[in-house]
Order: sequence, then structure tokens, then C-alpha cells
Amino acid sequence: MEIKDKIVPLLQEQFPETNFEVTDFRGDLKIKFDASQIYPVCNFLKNHDDLKFNMCEDVTAIDWATKKNRFTVVYHIYSLENKFRLRLACDVQENHPHIASVVPLWKSANWYERETYDMYGIKFENHPDLRRMYMPEEYEYYPLRKEYPLMGIPGDLTLPKK
Amino acid sequence: MERLTKDDVHPSIVKALLDQETNVTFEDALENEMILNMGPQHPATHGVLRVLLRLDGETVVAAVPDLGYLHRGYEKMAENMSYYEFIPHTDRLDYISPPANNTAFCLAVEKLYGIEAPVRAQYIRMIMTELSRITSHLVAVGALAMDVGALTVFLWCLREREKVLNAYDIICGARFTTSYTRIGGVAADMPDEAIGIIKEFIAQFEEKLDEAERMLNTNRIFVERLEGVGVISGEEAINIGLTGPNLRGSGIEHDLRRANPYMLYDQIDFKVPVYNEGDSLARYFVRADELRESCKIIIQCLDKMPKGEIMLNSPKKVLPRKTEIYTKMEELIHDFMIVNFGVKPPVGDIYSGVENPKGELGFYIVSKGEGHPWKMKIRSPSFCNLQSLGGLIKGHMISDVVAIIGSLDPVMGEADK
Amino acid sequence: MGLEAKLMSDGFITTTIDALVGWARESSVWPMPLGISCCGIEMMAVAGPKYDIARFGSEVMRFTPRQCDVLLVAGTVTYKMSHVVKKIYDQMPDPKWVIAMGVCTSTGGMYRSYSVVQGIDHFLPVDIYLAGCPPRPDNLLNALMLIQDKIKHTRARDFQNIPLLEPVKVNGN
Ligand code: SF4
Repeated sequence: MEIKDKIVPLLQEQFPETNFEVTDFRGDLKIKFDASQIYPVCNFLKNHDDLKFNMCEDVTAIDWATKKNRFTVVYHIYSLENKFRLRLACDVQENHPHIASVVPLWKSANWYERETYDMYGIKFENHPDLRRMYMPEEYEYYPLRKEYPLMGIPGDLTLPKK
Repeated sequence: MERLTKDDVHPSIVKALLDQETNVTFEDALENEMILNMGPQHPATHGVLRVLLRLDGETVVAAVPDLGYLHRGYEKMAENMSYYEFIPHTDRLDYISPPANNTAFCLAVEKLYGIEAPVRAQYIRMIMTELSRITSHLVAVGALAMDVGALTVFLWCLREREKVLNAYDIICGARFTTSYTRIGGVAADMPDEAIGIIKEFIAQFEEKLDEAERMLNTNRIFVERLEGVGVISGEEAINIGLTGPNLRGSGIEHDLRRANPYMLYDQIDFKVPVYNEGDSLARYFVRADELRESCKIIIQCLDKMPKGEIMLNSPKKVLPRKTEIYTKMEELIHDFMIVNFGVKPPVGDIYSGVENPKGELGFYIVSKGEGHPWKMKIRSPSFCNLQSLGGLIKGHMISDVVAIIGSLDPVMGEADK
Repeated sequence: MGLEAKLMSDGFITTTIDALVGWARESSVWPMPLGISCCGIEMMAVAGPKYDIARFGSEVMRFTPRQCDVLLVAGTVTYKMSHVVKKIYDQMPDPKWVIAMGVCTSTGGMYRSYSVVQGIDHFLPVDIYLAGCPPRPDNLLNALMLIQDKIKHTRARDFQNIPLLEPVKVNGN
């Protein structure tokens, strides 16, 4: 059986309570589920003997600019053995942008999550070192949020004196 | 004069450095730890990387890299421009291998759009990608050699690189910011003159490479400064997210050209060099071997490349040909629409990753059916490779730091985005 | 300069201090290569064998600002980086000159975004704006020659406080 057809039944079996929303667009498999389940699901995907998603390629977020479910946190994980890439997605609310960190599973997620925090202000719980990645420490805004203007807010970043 | 407050002296990055766990122990520690700031203006950090080092004597106890000195806001800009407009920006991501980035981006948009470029265009793209792999690895090897004190090889590598840039100049009209690919093809056909230059270059390249390798591989200073420095095991490398030559230097045979072939790489015969040691020297060997493999790929591509179209002929979807715009009404309208409102891919999201010289370059594009992406994430290899830096330099001498950074070969343009 | 020929016949030369100092300074401009991004690669190419900046007496790339005459800002300057650039500029001894290499150093170029400084003249005095993205190596050599010209005409007694001359624009890629 193809790895692609295996994943969803296995997940359903392991997490009967969770609702998995599966989409397949241009050959990319995407699974969407509740944010509270992210750690157990990732743990299962990483350690299952058939799946072995041992590489976390990317963590990012999408800002939909809507009232409900404003952000979606997106994970790309890759299985070197099966040569297969899977996308996980979880909705996060604007008033409580928190989600569990996956750093204990994949160390590489450390910087990806910091970057997502820097750009969107999503807080990853249990992250060992959640600091800004790119912007200066004292910076107040989250640049990739849709309400932030492209040219920035005048005066938010300082220049040295002439 | 302004007085510094306590917060100025201990910003959170310094705190992060002091809090970092470290397993480095000394027989007789000097008991005077020092914090050293390296970069962002330092000749060996390949741009504007800043590393904070906690030292005991000359040994690095802990290290924290600090990025963002070249953060140009690509992802925000991408949300505000059409897909075509973003192609020149991809040049400046990994600015040592622009055609590879152009190709990666166009492949991503084409995947989202559900189209494919004609065969000749694909071959041209492959040739350009491999040429850029050669330039990139030449700079990587040369800069690594320069960092550990072998300046001659650096100049030799630059000399070879110039020859490739000459070919670029004829093919795309620019020395290195090529902006060569278009959605659904490439901007211009590859002229015979350029093919001649490429063939000529490859014919003499092997010899020049041998010469440089002889110089480096028998150079005790070079070998001893790299051997056993910055070792990372295969398992750890996967965990920390290394890709590209750095991963293959740790004994993991993973190459997206093989694993998930894109373009026409499945019809090409090439080896994926793998070394098991996982140290800086192994990473250098992988790059040197890949230079040879790239030459092989280019020769095969030149042989197999058919004559024919270089651009998809479907005016509703991609830019029509210039000659037809001037003579046909329909095409003129389509051209107007595409230039003004952009190509409009369907609603959906895709991730497309390709094997760039530095590692896996991925584009995650979310489309709402508009002319510009709703969200575009660039998964840049240098960013992920740099993540391992803190762990790699722990326990080494301060002079090894430059060698390790050189062997990881980061490009800050794409690490900072 | 044909100095030897003169010495052969007369044994002495007359000149002004200004001319002599100007000539000496002009032919050994030591650049401080601040290769921030892509333009830095083109700058490396200038130092390489094909273009060979050594012909102009400028091959001595010093990575410490204390020993340099010309600050060559090659690459996008972000707000975070601007403080570093300024610090480097402040450390350079007088007299000093600045070349803004590439459009995004000069004006922000293609980066109309929140984090990029829209031209380093917001915080530095610039002598030469070099157009091109990136400027071709020949263009950088041209800029170097223009700077040499400018240095030649700087008087020695202005050692402490160089008046800012009108910036020179270099056209074309
Ligand atoms: S001017 Fe162009 S090539 Fe130069 S640093 Fe800016 S973007 Fe890069």
C-alpha cells in the first residue's frame, strides 16, 4: 500500500476522537485537525514504525484576516525512508494565539517556531527559547500580520543619528 | 554621553547565551568566562551573520547565532506583488546561485497552476541549475579555503566562476542576477554561442578542479584544520534539519533530485556523493565531488536537449510571445491582463521543494485565486543549516569557528530573507 | 607619473603639498569592503583575477575600519544593520569617503519594505551613488576612479574636516 493511503487510517485509528480534515491538492497531502492535538499527533507520526516522519522541514503560519480562526499554523514534515512529505495544519484563535511546541520531537523546529513567533506573534508553549528571530528585540509589531503595512509604521525602527 | 542601563548590557540574546546548557568541561578551567561578539561585520561570516560566543580561554563553551541583519521582508513583499514580479526577487535570495532559485520558484508556481514547461525549457533550466551549482560550490570551496588560510584557491575558484558568468551574460544578459525563468518556460532561448562557451568551460574544468584539489588535499594545514572539526552524526543532522551537501557529509543519502525527481532528473544518470565522517572535511569533499557530477549532468543535458519551444503556448495562462502580442488582438489583451493583474492560479496551497546548491529550497504558496499569493513562505536551506551552528562549534577553539561556518556555507540573503 | 624621467634631467621637482599629498592618497585608496549581500559578491569579483582592483592600488582590503579610507557599502542596509554601518563609519579615520554600491544601498532599490533603509544617505554622507543591481565590476572600477579624482582635489589642510562635496552620480549599469 502506498504511504499516502496509509497515513489517514492509521491516524484515525490512533486518535478516534479527533476530526481529521484531509485534502489532496496537486499531490500534496494536507491534514487539518484541532490545535490541542498537535503534539500527540506529531509524536505518533514521528515514532510510528511505518511512517517515520523524521524530518521537520518547516513551520509557518497563515493569517486569514478573519475574526474566527484567524491563524493557521502549518507544519511540513518529511519521511526520509518513504520519501514523502506531509502537511499538517491547525487553526489558532486571535485572542489566544497559543499552540504546543514540537521542539522536543524535532530540534529543527526551534528556529522555525521562533520565526513564526517573530512574524505572527503565535506563542509556542514549552519552547526552550522563544525570542525574536529577525527583528530587533524591542520591536513591538508582528510584520507578517495582514494589518501591518508593507512599508512599516513610521518610527517603529530607529536609524542612527546623522 | 548616554549612560548604559543594565538592560542594554544584558539584552535577551546575552541572557540566552548565559542560560544555555553546555556540556563542555575542562581539566583545569580558567574560571574566567568571556563573551565575545563575532560579526555582523566579519570577513569569515559570509555576510552579516553575528555569533555570540561564550569563551573559556580560547575554547567555545556556548554559542548563539543572531540573524536578521539582512532581513529584507521577502515574504511580506511577495504578498504585495504578482507572481511574475517576484521572479527578480528570487535572484537575491541565494545570490550565489540565482538561476537555481528562479527555477525553484517557477516550478512552485507551475505546480500551483497545474502547468508544465516544454521539454527544451526544462533542459535549459536543468543546465542553468547545474551551472549555478558549480558557481555556488566554487565560491563555497574557495571561501572555505580562504577562511583557513589558502588564498590561492579562492582566486582560482573565482577565475573559474567568471567563465560561467560569461555564459550567463550571453544567455540572460546579466552577470549574476539572471531572472531567467518565466512561468511556463524560460525568457530566452539558449544561443549556440553560449552552448559553445559552456562546452569549452566543461572541457577544461576537470583539469582545473584537479589542480585545485591537489593543492588542497595535500595541504596539511588545510586538512588538519578541517578534519574532525565540527562533527555531526547523521541522526543528529536529520533532527536539526540539515539538508543538501551538509546532510550528505554526514552519511545520509538524501537528494531531492533522486528522492522526488522534478524536471527531468529521472532521465539523467548521476551519482549522489556521500561521505560518512560528518566533519568539515567531509562537507568539503561532498562539494568537490558534486562539482564533477554537475559537469556530467550538463553534458548529458546538452546531448539530450531537443529543439523546440521554450515557452508554454497558452496565452490565457502565461505571457504570450512578444511577436504575437504585436500582431494579434487576442494575445495583446491577454498580455495586458497578465501584466496588470497577474496570472491567477486556482485556490489552494502547495509546497514545492527542490535541491538547491545549499540544500532544500522550498516555496509554500497559499493562493486565494488572486493575482498575488495570499501567503508565501520561503523555506531556505541556509536558515536551517545555520541552526546547527551553535551545537557544532561548542567545545572547539575559536579559530575553528571560521572553518565550521565556511564548511556549512550559509548565504545570509536567504537565511534572513 | 613619469617621476623618474624628471629626476634624471633636473634632479628636483617643484610641487605643492596639496598636489603631492593628493597624489599619494589617490593612488592607495584602501577600501573597507562591507559586503552585506549580493553586491558583495560582485565586489569579490572585482578583487578577483579578471577585473583585478590591484591595478588601482586598492587591493588592500582591510577588514578593520581603522585602516581604511573608503567605506564600500555593498548591499542592502536594513534598520538593524544601519547601526552597525554607522559604527564602522565612525571608527574610520579622517579623511574618509563612502561609496554606496548598488541601488538598494543608494535608494532602497527594489526593497520597498518595512525593514530596509531607503537609502543610506539617511544616516551617512555618501560620495558616490553607484547604479545597477548589481553594478557590473567595471562600474565599480569607474566609481573608484571617480573617488580618486575627488581625493586628488581634496586639499591637505582639510585633513581634519573634509567639507562634503556634491555627490557624484554614476549612470547606467
Ligand atoms: S543593489 Fe541589487 S544586487 Fe546589490 S545588494 Fe541590492 S539587491 Fe543585491
